[in-house]
Amino acid sequence: MIRIRHRSWENIVIDAVIYLSLIFLVIVTLYPFLNTLAVSFNDAMDSSRGGITLWPRKFTLYNYQTLLTRSQIYSATLVSAARTVLSTLLGTFCTAMVAYIISRKEFVFRRLVSFIYVLTMYIDGGLVPTYFLMRSLGLVNSFWVYVLPGLVSAFNLIVIRTYIAGLSDSYVESARIDGAGEFTIFLRIILPLCKPVLATIALFIAVDNWNAWFDTFLYNSANAQLSTLQYELMKVLQSANTMSGSLLQALSRAAAGTTNTVTPRAIRATMTIIVSVPIVIVYPFLQRYFVHGLTLGGIKE
Amino acid sequence: MNTSACAAPRGKTFWDRVKQQKVLILMTIPFLVHVIIFRYVPIWGWLMAFQNYWPGKSILQQTWVGLENFKLLFDDPVFYQVLRNTLAMSVIKLAMGTVSSIILALMLNEVRIMWFKKSVQTISYLPHFISWVVAANLVRDALSTDGGIINEVLMRLHIIKQPIMFLGIPALFWWIIGVSHVWKEVGWGAIIYLAAIAAIDPTLYESAMIDGAGRLKQMWYITLPSIRPTISVLLIMNLGWVLSAGFEQQYLLQNGRVIDYARVFTIYELDYGIKMMRYSFATAVGIFRSVVSLILVFSANQLAKRWGQERLV
Repeated sequence: MIRIRHRSWENIVIDAVIYLSLIFLVIVTLYPFLNTLAVSFNDAMDSSRGGITLWPRKFTLYNYQTLLTRSQIYSATLVSAARTVLSTLLGTFCTAMVAYIISRKEFVFRRLVSFIYVLTMYIDGGLVPTYFLMRSLGLVNSFWVYVLPGLVSAFNLIVIRTYIAGLSDSYVESARIDGAGEFTIFLRIILPLCKPVLATIALFIAVDNWNAWFDTFLYNSANAQLSTLQYELMKVLQSANTMSGSLLQALSRAAAGTTNTVTPRAIRATMTIIVSVPIVIVYPFLQRYFVHGLTLGGIKE
Repeated sequence: MNTSACAAPRGKTFWDRVKQQKVLILMTIPFLVHVIIFRYVPIWGWLMAFQNYWPGKSILQQTWVGLENFKLLFDDPVFYQVLRNTLAMSVIKLAMGTVSSIILALMLNEVRIMWFKKSVQTISYLPHFISWVVAANLVRDALSTDGGIINEVLMRLHIIKQPIMFLGIPALFWWIIGVSHVWKEVGWGAIIYLAAIAAIDPTLYESAMIDGAGRLKQMWYITLPSIRPTISVLLIMNLGWVLSAGFEQQYLLQNGRVIDYARVFTIYELDYGIKMMRYSFATAVGIFRSVVSLILVFSANQLAKRWGQERLV
């Protein structure tokens, strides 16, 4: 529908207010990122004089060189990437499979299984019992603690189930008449039909995994090789005011004796950018999927 | 999901159907084992809250203390502080988040230049996908006394003379949490309201225009009432979560000066339980949070049902 707008005084004022507010929102959203980007490319000592806004004043790659040559950052990036890829592939597949099972109207344990999952959204064992469980499963100081516990999340399950419920039954029926088994139906028919919602869920799982730091903090903080990028950034953030963090100390030691120096602010800015770049690159491409998938699955339940 | 059981052919016993569906059941078993181990076995650990847990012994060899840990919890003044902080920050976040998302959706809906609308949306979703670790970094920088943008702007406008250490003022902490929540989630929150607005019958606007209603009046008398069901469902749904005001945000933005206003349940569990090796006490805190949340969620669900909305659970 096209609404006819008169060039009335009222309409001009309303449009002005709306456009200005939205431009303000865009500035407020982007400025912190752009400012941090500028600081990360600016000479650290020069930055501490203040006044950096959107553009580096004394351009340097030194901050990045210092950080990226630290093996800690390098291995943390690998761990973060590995957990994200594995969790996304396994998690999306497993969630879709459970969603298919509980979307089958004739399945006898349909309500029971749904209930078992839905209840997990509202109840959790708490930090201590969960920690003890992970320890007795051998998942403390282990990479798998990043992947296994969160394999199927109830929220994602509901979103996919709602999507499958909206598909026509005839696909499944005709495949069954052709003699296809349950697993084949799921793999060959349901999965391809669910592509849009699976893209949404994959994005959610990937972002959650990339952004997670608390599991590293709880289970793997004693093992530097299993550290993740977000956890390293969290440590820098927590210790930035006191300069007490091991990474910060190491970095300032590394910089001592050279003409270049890094400061806590520069390290934080540079790490923030390293941590955010993958998300900023990936997400605009997935945007059409998640808006579609979210309004489709999310609001109905 | 009301008429689910009727789809199977009649006249078959339960066991016939189980036999017939053995493949589906076999497919389910690994996942059931997984969810039971990772989500339900920890609840068995709740027994610890009724013991004086000491590491090294199995859970059944511990000394039982009855409700001692809960008594300690309810006698602890810090507990009431935590409860206050959690409720206050939840309500502030919920109110500010809802209002700002609705306003953004109303505004975006009025934009007729499509590329502009698309760009604003894309940019406004971005912070939702950024971790709180990164967001907390950005918030700290923006609020810093050392060239932070907020202080700079306020000083340029001659509103303040000296930079203010915003993150060191206890009275401001809840509001910083609220505003940073809005900054991160406003665009994302608006998606659902935009979808609800898009579903409004266009003839409503046409007849309103014939009646001479301007755009503000149309928003107030047509758009807002039409999305009221969406608003109330989301509000009720979120009311169930008031005991989980978030944790990362507070943990990453707090500091010693404001901790009395920043401490929420998970921080309490960490600092007063685990770090002091009071494992049983920490478990009791977890149980309190979980049980009250469950009660709230189900009351919210009942409320939604009574108001004629779709069931949420």
